[in-house]
Amino acid sequence: MTRAQRFVILRDGAAAAWPICLGYFPIGLALGVLARKHGLAALDIGLMSLLVFAGSAQFIGVAMLGTKAAPLSIVLTTFVVNVRHLLMSSALAGHLHGAGKPFLAIFAYGVTDESFAVNMARFRSSWDRWRALVVNQLSNAVWIFATILGALVGNLVPDGALGIDFALPAMFIALLVLQLHSRIHVLTALAAVAVSVAWQLLLPGGTHAVAAAVIAASAGYLLLRRKENK
Amino acid sequence: MSYPDYLWLLLGMGAVTYLPRLLPLVALADRSLPQGVRDWLGLIPVAILAALLAPSLFVAGPTNSLALGKAELFAAIPTLLVALGTRSLGAAVALGMGSFWLLSRFL
Repeated sequence: MTRAQRFVILRDGAAAAWPICLGYFPIGLALGVLARKHGLAALDIGLMSLLVFAGSAQFIGVAMLGTKAAPLSIVLTTFVVNVRHLLMSSALAGHLHGAGKPFLAIFAYGVTDESFAVNMARFRSSWDRWRALVVNQLSNAVWIFATILGALVGNLVPDGALGIDFALPAMFIALLVLQLHSRIHVLTALAAVAVSVAWQLLLPGGTHAVAAAVIAASAGYLLLRRKENK
Repeated sequence: MSYPDYLWLLLGMGAVTYLPRLLPLVALADRSLPQGVRDWLGLIPVAILAALLAPSLFVAGPTNSLALGKAELFAAIPTLLVALGTRSLGAAVALGMGSFWLLSRFL
């Protein structure tokens, strides 16, 4: 790989990652502020962002630390909240043929809801694993930086500035639209919305995403089979 | 909590986060899956994106109850229309943030 090629890969990755970075920034700041409130220093929360790198699980972890929860229950909760990544990595695997084990080990570290969504949309056109890795790692860098900054000066930033809290939901809406390839995809999305909301209302605790995704994808799959058999 | 205990906690949280991300990649990257499994996995992105998004639009956080009047839900409508019309991530994010900012000042 020449230097010019590397530059193009970095540029393409950054062009894809910017909505994630924009969205991570206020969330990271908020997590840093929360961590401070619960007695964690800036480097403590930065270390957590480096070693765990999982937004929602870190919020829950920090809150549980604040209530003096047992470490084992924090780890178990983290696992339950993050087990959805099994599905994402399974879907990503098909785009990583031929990648060596070291590459996969590094790539896996950066598989998040957001990088998954951006990379899956891109993999349908001209995208490769190196550009995808840039998306993962840039997002990670911004996340670590924002959580540390939040712990240091986050209380100086006004809440809800410029609607930035909606950056990630808006990105998910746009990426969802890009995934609606057929009528079955649309029906699967609607089923996932209904099941996810109902699951969250009846069984809160962070399992709604994985449960609704499995149920809705299975329902969509059955529809697909029925259509083929007609 | 002592500092070594905190480090052990982070390593535990990190391990249970990293392994579900890693194991399917290692197990599946160089395997060709049956068509049925590939079809099912092909529906996972749309399903999981919708499942992740939905509660932020329809569930009120503090009380965990159904809500049909959140600023997020109203901001989602123009965002969705622009995304459908332009298929542009940048346009959707910019318009979504603008709508949400306006709406959250009035709701």
